[in-house]
Parts: sequence; C-alpha cells; structure tokens
Amino acid sequence: MSGSILPTILFFLFASLACAGAVGVLLLQRIVYMAGALLVSLAGVAGLFFIAGADFVGLVQLMVYVGGTVVLLAFGVMLTARRSQPGWQVPAGQWAAGLAVGAVLLAVLLWSVLAVPPWRSVWPTVSAEGAPSGGVATVTTGSAYQQEAQPGTIGPLGWALLGVRTDRAIQQDSSQAPLDSSQAQANFSQAPPNRFQARPDSAQTVLDPSQEDARQTGRSGYLLPFEIISVHLVLVLIGAAFLARARIPFPSSPLPAVGEAGLTNGQAG
Amino acid sequence: MLSWFLQFGFPDWLAYGAAGLVKAILVLVLVLFVPMLALWMERKIAGRIQDRLGPTRTGGRFGWLQSPADGIKLLMKEDIIPAAADPLLFRLAPYLSFCAAFCVFVVLPVADGWAPAGWDSALFFFLAVAGLEVFGVILAGYASGSKWSLFGAMREAAQVVSYEVPLGLCVLVPVVVVGSLDLQEIGRMQEGWFTGWLIFHDPFVFLIFWIYAACAMAGLNRAPFDLPEAESELVAGFATEYSGFRWAVFFMAEYAAMFAWSGLGAILFFGGWNGPVPVASWLGLVSANGPVAGFLGNLLGMVNFLIKGFLGVTVMIWARWTLPRLRIDQVIAMCWKYCVPLATLMLVGVVLWQGMTLEWCSAPPADAAQEPSSIPSQWPGRSAGSGKAAPAAMWRFAGRLCADLQVMENKEEIVP
Repeated sequence: MSGSILPTILFFLFASLACAGAVGVLLLQRIVYMAGALLVSLAGVAGLFFIAGADFVGLVQLMVYVGGTVVLLAFGVMLTARRSQPGWQVPAGQWAAGLAVGAVLLAVLLWSVLAVPPWRSVWPTVSAEGAPSGGVATVTTGSAYQQEAQPGTIGPLGWALLGVRTDRAIQQDSSQAPLDSSQAQANFSQAPPNRFQARPDSAQTVLDPSQEDARQTGRSGYLLPFEIISVHLVLVLIGAAFLARARIPFPSSPLPAVGEAGLTNGQAG
Repeated sequence: MLSWFLQFGFPDWLAYGAAGLVKAILVLVLVLFVPMLALWMERKIAGRIQDRLGPTRTGGRFGWLQSPADGIKLLMKEDIIPAAADPLLFRLAPYLSFCAAFCVFVVLPVADGWAPAGWDSALFFFLAVAGLEVFGVILAGYASGSKWSLFGAMREAAQVVSYEVPLGLCVLVPVVVVGSLDLQEIGRMQEGWFTGWLIFHDPFVFLIFWIYAACAMAGLNRAPFDLPEAESELVAGFATEYSGFRWAVFFMAEYAAMFAWSGLGAILFFGGWNGPVPVASWLGLVSANGPVAGFLGNLLGMVNFLIKGFLGVTVMIWARWTLPRLRIDQVIAMCWKYCVPLATLMLVGVVLWQGMTLEWCSAPPADAAQEPSSIPSQWPGRSAGSGKAAPAAMWRFAGRLCADLQVMENKEEIVP
C-alpha cells in the first residue's frame, strides 16, 4: 500500500457503511427497514472483501447474502408483517443478554484478527514512471485492459479446489535456497501481489524435503469437502421442501381430511 | 486509462478516481442511451405487429424523438405518493433497481479491452448483481401500500429468484467450453469467422442457448412471462402506484437489463464484439498495428456488439407482442420442471463432450514438464490476445500436472 491513500479511504467508507447498517438493524423499529439496513451492511462487507483483493469472496457475499438471503428475508417479511404492527419494545434483560453475547463474539473476533500477520495489499502500486514496484508485471505489460486489471482470485481458487496451491508454489519459487519456516513465512508475506502467476515447478522444488511437505499438503485439494457440503445442502433443501409442501390429498381418496389417508408421513417427517 | 492519468503526475488516488469517473460516465451514457432506443423500437415494432405505424410525427420522421418526448412528459408529471405508502422505501425502490441494472454494465465488454472492469470473475459479478434488481421491485411492491403491488412483488420474487437457478446453469455451459469466467476472455475465444462462435461449438451449447433465451426473458419478467405486472389481473403489478419520474426509472432499469442480458448472450454464444466475418483483421484493424488501428477495430467491435445486443432486444419485443401471457403456475413449472433439468442435462453433456474431445492425461507431457516457459502467458484467463491458445494451454497445464503427480507418486514409492 505504498503511498496510496485510496484503499484507506475506501476501507473507511465501506467499513462505516457496514457498521451503520448493522447499527440500523439493531435500532430501527420497522422490520422492513431492518431488512434494508441489513442489505446496506452486507453490501458494505462485500466492498471490504473487494478492497482486500478477495474478489471471489466478495462476489459470493453479494450473490448469497445480499441477493439471496436479504431478498428471501424481505419476501418473508412481506408475507407476514402487518402495517399496523407497533414497534418492538425490547426488554432491558434481552438488551443485556444480547450485549453480553455480542461482547464475547467481538472478543473472539478481535483475538483472531489480531493473530493474523499484517495484511498484504493487492492494489497495484504504480509509480508515475510506470515502473512497477513489487513485481507487478501486468501493470506495464499487456493490453490497456490488463494494465488496470486487479489480480483475480478465481483461477487460483479453482486450482486450489483441485489441489494445486499456486500461492504455495510462489512461496517456494521465491525461496531459491532452503529456508526454515519463519523465513518462509516472511518471504510469503512479502510476496508480490500477482503471486498467482507462478506455477508449481517440479524441477526446482522436489529436492527439498520441507517444500515437499508443503506440496503434499497442497495436493490434497478441497473437492471432497466441497462436494460433501453441497450434498448436505441439497439434503437440507429436499427436507425443507418435503416439510413445507402443500398436503394435497391424492385424487383416489374420497376427500380425506388433511393428514389422513396415507398422508401422515408428511407430518411424521 | 489509469496509466494515462498517472503520466501527468497525479497522485494515484486522484488518478483512480478520475479514471473511475470517466468510465462511470461512459457507462451511464450507454445505460441511458439503450432504453431510449429500445423504447422507440418497442413502439415501432409493436405497431407493425399490430398492423399500425407506431409513432410517426415526433421529430419529423419515424417518430425518432418519441422517447425523449416521453421522458420530458414523465418528468413534468405530478409526483404522487399514495397515503398508504411508506414514503422512504417508496422513493428508494426505483433507484435500487436502476443501480443494479447500471452496475451490471460495469463488467460488460463492448469491445476487446473496452470494459470498465475486466475481471477474472466478470460473469459471476454479472449474475450476482443482476439478482439484486429484484430487491427494488419487492420494496416497491411492499412500500406502495396496495394489494396489486404486493401481489406483483410476490410474483416477481418467486419468479425471478426461481429463474436465477436455470440461468446460472445456462451460463455455465459456455464457461465449461472456454474455461474462464472472464467475459473478455470468452469474447476473445470466438475470434474469426462466425463458425468459431460458441453456439456452433457443440450441440449442447447450441441447445442451451434457447433455454438461456427463454430463462432470460422470464428472469426479466418480460412478456410472455410478465406476471409481476400482468395488467389484465393486477392493474400494473408492482408499478401500480408509480407515476412520473420514478416509473420512468423503473422502466429504464428494465430496458437496460434487457440489453444487458442480450449482450451477455451475445458474448457467451454469438462472439461478442466479433462480427460474423473477420473484417477487422482483414483491414488490419488490430491492436498489433498500433493504437489507432486498435481503436478503430474496437470501434467496429462496439458497433458489432451493439447490433447484436439490440437484435436480442428486438427478439424480446417480438415475443412480447406475439405470445399470450402464461399463468404464474405455468411459469414456475416451466422453470423447475423443464428448464432446470434440461440445463443440468446440457451441463453434464458439455462436460462429457469436452472430456472426450480433449485428452486429459494422455498427452505425453514429458517435454512440456521440462520447458521452463513462463506460465503467465499460458495461465487460463490471463493470455491476453492469444485467443484460442487459452484452453489448449489449460489442458497442457493439466497434462503437465498429471505427469507431475505421477512423478511424485513414484518418488513416494522410492524415497522411503
């Protein structure tokens, strides 16, 4: 982030959006306004992801939470909320309990955030002469589009799903000599923004046993966990559809009451 | 453009801001120009289909000034907010819809390199942001305080959220062929003659296009799927209580989204900015021949892209004025019972097709594993201008990877 204040400005913009939305969810009285405030908050978090260079995570945030969850929430609100509904009066005890849980969560989050090594900026650091600093190769080469392209994460994520960890590969590429782990960590944190443009290079790295380990763990991939989660979600969806289906009597049964004539399985489930 | 601003010695936050502003204004011009033309086309085509002339007098001939005249009329109208409405949300809703339709254009490349933001994940961004448009409509329906609006918004939510599923599956099929979510990369893949367009790539892509077209129309709630504003049942659906400028904003968003989806279809299936005949490369209008030639070639590409996009809009208008409206249960049944299974089938089919035509590990990667070539040019999605080399490079990479794995497995056996 050498010299540029733009990421800082944008960070504070999106962070304040996210926080304002979250406070709005707490303090607003009408449930539809709460949904709107939630939208603002989640979109602000998506913006934070974009600034941090995690464009795929930011897009998932937009797709799943802003586009999916909040829309479903608004849909549910529309079906249930009454216009004449008075504002919610939250008892003081619930406020206290909520604040306690929130404080615990905040402590956990702060603890884990502060444990992370300093963030690496992914913004291309361009100087006025056009000379890239920090090995940003695409800033000066390529077409006009590529000059301003941010390093994308979706390709490396796809490879990582198959077990190819390009970030570990660059870690090994940048360390020509055998390193101990702390040195490798330092090297990794200084890795250039476009570190994804390297590849696992077999000729160079298989000789070193520690790097061999890193490659081995990288090779395992995330495909199996991903598939397990997908199947789990499908099961949940089917179960929800089964529970929520309309219990229409079969045409053969002469007008049974709901829940009779072989339809009890819907309630048993 | 960023480097252009930087060469004047601006601090880089100012350069980023200025470059972003210029791009935003260009996109805004496009987003405002498209609905004007589309609205005029809708009037003229609807007139011809119904054996009328459509507007003829405004602007002298052909009624070409009809859309600006309409806009001025809508601006002059009284600003009405119903007493039962929620004033804040009622005001906010149209702008939310318009923002979503506007943001979609940010990743839409009108020519090679002419996209405000060229991302690796442009297509995913398109889908994610296009899905936000429904939120404005839902808010409008809720905030209007009218039962017609509420019914329209509920239908919209059910319909549009449902159709996001088959649309997501549909766009995956060309992505499987290309191997990239970058819309520019997908466009570059289809250079040359029209036989290189993805729709002629294999039967699955050809079939999925028709599903994509139907689902896009349904997702845009255009007739024959315009249940959210079915005027024979719901007065005007979610837009019942809207008038004047806010109504205009809603419909600008709708027409802009129509163009965006047909432009996406043009990129995914019909070569994007590449014309049916490679005229630009015959004339030498490629960026290799200098910036001026590249600019002219891109201009030609932009014309190509706009023509294709408006052809898609024309088809949507044609369908609207010729087909009767479906019922809501038919619309939902079409989505879940036909489009989703068919799209899934096509997706599996195209994966098998790709797997059969391109050899996975069979290619001998012995020489490839040793060449110390720089991967940045071969990395899928990163090969600027190399065009059709991208998937081949990807499969070569995969082959090398397999060989690498075999080497490592052998090593495991030996080393202990």
